[in-house]
Amino acid sequence: MLVGHQPKEFLLAVSGLTVSFDGFKAVNDLSFYVEENEIRVIIGPNGAGKTTVLDLICGKTKATSGSIQFRGQELTRLRENEIVQAGVGRKFQTPSVFEDLTVFENLEISFPRGRTVFGSLTFQRDDTVKQRVEEVAEMIFLKDRLNTYADQLSHGQKQWLEIGMLLIQDPDLLMLDEPVAGMSVSERAKTAELLNRIIKDRSVLVIEHDMKFVEDIAHKVTVLHQGQILSEGTMEHVKNDPKVIEVYLGH
Amino acid sequence: MINSRFFNRSELLGFLALAVLLLLILPLSLDIFRLNLVAKYLTYAFVGIGLVLCWGYGGILSLGQGVFFGLGGYCMAMYLKLEASSVANTKIQSTPGIPDFMDWNQLTSLPFFWKPFHSFPVTLLAILLVPAFFALIIGAAMFKRRVGGVYFAIITQAIAAILTILIVGQQGYTGGINGITDLRTLHGWDIRTDHAKFILYFVEVVLLFGCIVAAQFIRLTKLGRILVAMREQEDRVRFSGYSVANFKIFAFCAAAVFAAIGGAMFTLEVGFMSPSFVGIVPSIEMVIYTAVGGRMSIFGAVWGALLVNFAKTSLSESFPQLWLFGLGALFIAVVLAFPNGLSGIWADHIQPRIDRLLSSRKSKSAAGMIADGAPAE
Repeated sequence: MLVGHQPKEFLLAVSGLTVSFDGFKAVNDLSFYVEENEIRVIIGPNGAGKTTVLDLICGKTKATSGSIQFRGQELTRLRENEIVQAGVGRKFQTPSVFEDLTVFENLEISFPRGRTVFGSLTFQRDDTVKQRVEEVAEMIFLKDRLNTYADQLSHGQKQWLEIGMLLIQDPDLLMLDEPVAGMSVSERAKTAELLNRIIKDRSVLVIEHDMKFVEDIAHKVTVLHQGQILSEGTMEHVKNDPKVIEVYLGH
Repeated sequence: MINSRFFNRSELLGFLALAVLLLLILPLSLDIFRLNLVAKYLTYAFVGIGLVLCWGYGGILSLGQGVFFGLGGYCMAMYLKLEASSVANTKIQSTPGIPDFMDWNQLTSLPFFWKPFHSFPVTLLAILLVPAFFALIIGAAMFKRRVGGVYFAIITQAIAAILTILIVGQQGYTGGINGITDLRTLHGWDIRTDHAKFILYFVEVVLLFGCIVAAQFIRLTKLGRILVAMREQEDRVRFSGYSVANFKIFAFCAAAVFAAIGGAMFTLEVGFMSPSFVGIVPSIEMVIYTAVGGRMSIFGAVWGALLVNFAKTSLSESFPQLWLFGLGALFIAVVLAFPNGLSGIWADHIQPRIDRLLSSRKSKSAAGMIADGAPAE
């Protein structure tokens, strides 16, 4: 199935998306739409294809068929860095920060300027960059650790740093893969507070298992099961869906 | 902020120490034969600087730097050979005016790709551009397809082997296994005299410092930090909006150009160029010099090239058959025990001790002053 109708207000329109690995369809004819400023949470049991969906949108995995439209641009034809430049940011499940660089340098690399070879040779660390880095560092609770090498941060701080790196990119669509996994209780609360602040003025696609966290932030929830949509709607609706209770929430 | 100065204190000391050694101590203490040997060692330091950027920083291990060293060297040798093969010098040949080995291989005219090397400015450009272009092609073919790590290393080895076979096989065009020999003058200036060797040594040292500064400049730009970032988390760099392939291509091309400058200087210092500096073994040796010196340190690479080659000369003079085993053992020992090489040993063990010594002396003299001051109160 290809694009049926596509109202303009959708920021992201995924339609008929399929990817198969050696015949196994990890994502099977998936269609969903994300609006501007919408917070969408994807939940589902292990192996449902949640992370694969994010991989497909950000270009890490190539789709077998189907289309991903972002602001009218077809993402399946773009390379990863072009997708980022189009305005899609992605946070990975395990914190991926540059451990041999300082917090400042980590954030600076994500600053959306001088992304070509020549641009990065002539890149100047001017006041705009410094201000923005300090601003974001304050938001992610790392203001006094700017000169710390990232390998000395705790797991939770690395997660925050990666969120900060996305924040400085200022994406229109932010994709987060289990942002609170592996965090302590206090870190979790701080992260929820951080996420609530940064999800303003942009659309967010989150994968998360923590149901309380999901309930707090989600506008709409999509439940995936075996690469397909099992249920979609508000948290209230999804929670009471007998199919969802059987395969996911029931456990 | 961070890295606000071009050289930090210990780098500045390293730069000055190297300058004093290369510009004063060695020229004053060594005879011209030994000084020329040092000049030969230093040509590998250029390759090492390139490897620091490409391998140490960017994580791209090339086991084929001999290719670029050779390309630079051959470009220079072709110019020198044409100058040495004037009609007057080669009138006994059946075709005067072409290099002797072409005449021996029944060539009757100069091949088209030799012709540009009649011009000195074109030669200088070719020394930089031919290897850069070659690296660009290899880099684009590999990195755009996401070939990396050991696979890339193996492919660069294969390219080194292929180029050697090509040079040896096409004897009429390249001089074959003997290489291009009997080089005499550079733009009319005899390079075989002791005086010329002395001048060339200084030219090379100045070029070397130029390359050190260039590499340091690259290292301190955002590009340098992206290379480090790429080595650790390639995907994160990609998803920060950078084309990882382009940055790898740049690092590989830069390393190729540094190696080529070294190769061109080698031809001038040693007076010939042959496929034995292109193949797998010299390419791996170049990596060993860098590993021993410290692949994360530009100065380390220079020291590595100097010390390993010095050891090579002195050991192979006394124990010719043992040298290769020694080199292999050295490489294994460094990789296992000191992954950051000599510069790592310096930074981790010697530098802190010096700092402690200096600061304890300072605090002692400060304590002394207080003690002196006390009775007066």
